[in-house]
Amino acid sequence: MKPPPFTYHAPTTVGEALGVLAELGPEGKVLAGGQSLIPLLNMRLAVPPHLVDINRIPELAYVRVDAGGVRVGALARHAELERHAGAYQAVPLLRQALQLVAHPVIRNRGTTVGSIVHADPAAEMPAVLALLGGTVELARKDRRRTVGAADFFLGPLESCLEPGELALAVHFPHLPGRTGTAFVELARRHGDYALAGLAAAVTLDEDLRVAHARAAYVGVAPVPLVVDLTDAVRGVSAAGERSWTLAGRLAQSEVQPEADIHATAEYRRHLVGVLTARALHQAAQRALPEPGPDRTETTP
Amino acid sequence: MTVPELHEITLRVNGVAYRTRVPARRLLSDCLRHDLGLTGTHVGCEHGVCGCCTVLVDGQPARSCLMFAVMAEGCEVTTVEGLAAPDGTLSAVQRAFAECHGLQCGFCTPGFLTVLTAFLTENPKPTEEEVVEAISGNLCRCTGYQNIVAAALRAAEILREERAEEIVAAGDGDGAEPERAREEAAE
Repeated sequence: MKPPPFTYHAPTTVGEALGVLAELGPEGKVLAGGQSLIPLLNMRLAVPPHLVDINRIPELAYVRVDAGGVRVGALARHAELERHAGAYQAVPLLRQALQLVAHPVIRNRGTTVGSIVHADPAAEMPAVLALLGGTVELARKDRRRTVGAADFFLGPLESCLEPGELALAVHFPHLPGRTGTAFVELARRHGDYALAGLAAAVTLDEDLRVAHARAAYVGVAPVPLVVDLTDAVRGVSAAGERSWTLAGRLAQSEVQPEADIHATAEYRRHLVGVLTARALHQAAQRALPEPGPDRTETTP
Repeated sequence: MTVPELHEITLRVNGVAYRTRVPARRLLSDCLRHDLGLTGTHVGCEHGVCGCCTVLVDGQPARSCLMFAVMAEGCEVTTVEGLAAPDGTLSAVQRAFAECHGLQCGFCTPGFLTVLTAFLTENPKPTEEEVVEAISGNLCRCTGYQNIVAAALRAAEILREERAEEIVAAGDGDGAEPERAREEAAE
């Protein structure tokens, strides 16, 4: 189908964009990658009178690695972040999750900040931000503010972004040492929205036993749901195969899945249990110290 | 009803510069087909699921139904019409599709050809699994995936052979290079 008519604005600086957005107020909608917004327009599920295209603002197209983590500008495409070696090193969860975001072609245009602002509870990047306790930088003509993930997501497709505001960047903090992460989900076709899934982070103590474990779930709650699973797996050996199912059971009691054409609520709850065990095991494995050079360089 | 405001845009498609006037809501797919007459780009679902309308925008595959024509101002677009050489010689990917029966009804073919053209430039030696991942965003309703995957692997082979021949033809270097190139192509 075809999108409804709208007035098109293409500012070339952040200042100009904030000016236009201030003037338009609730009538204005920001267009970045368009990979979520344009389908909504084509299906006439959204009818914004004005679109403010930020694609001509090159200063927003960046991925920067700093001491605290990774900062991603509003115009950085998923594909760029996915391929960024420094970002992967600082926050491996970014690439682990991005590989599951839609299809490679969609990732070429879709932006990470756009995906987070879109606040789809079934999308991967909001869950990553929630799990890491990241922040979103918002700007309007007369004010700037930084909002933590816990306060940013209000409901399905609803963030705390106000009319006239532009999300300039998101910041993904890196995790403490001896922490491993994983993103595990089940979708009907690779790249489709997951029936259920989660991002997990496991921190080990000096004896390589679980000290802390938490997860952020997609597709089973109105917002990315962060659950602390430490109580179910504290002291579990990272090398062990078993003992993760208890965490799955704890997670099952925390989620509120809904039924739709693809899966019943009960099936989604079942998936949460299975996928939680799988993700925690994977994350714990990755938290183990890398084998030293003396262990890898064995003579054949 | 008010007449929509028109925007004048300039974009290069398959090496040719076009100037046209479009309403803001004109999708790039419709601009290519209706305004520029390039009907090789097919329109399937119009919400980014099927991949039939995939074109290359500045060398990167993109859904032309998920871009407005005004967003392509100043961009270099390659459609399926631009894959063959100017004299009509089919590209390696196109030849491999013919050879391996990678096209059935042909509706989804332009999307597969553009996606794979970009993919094989980036990954000249893909595994079958990598090919499947690369085309995961394209739907073929004839379920011809088996032959499409075979065509993609064959195209990679043809491209490597061509590259080896180029190196041999260039003929300079230490003499070992053509040998290495041929070996690599054969692998």
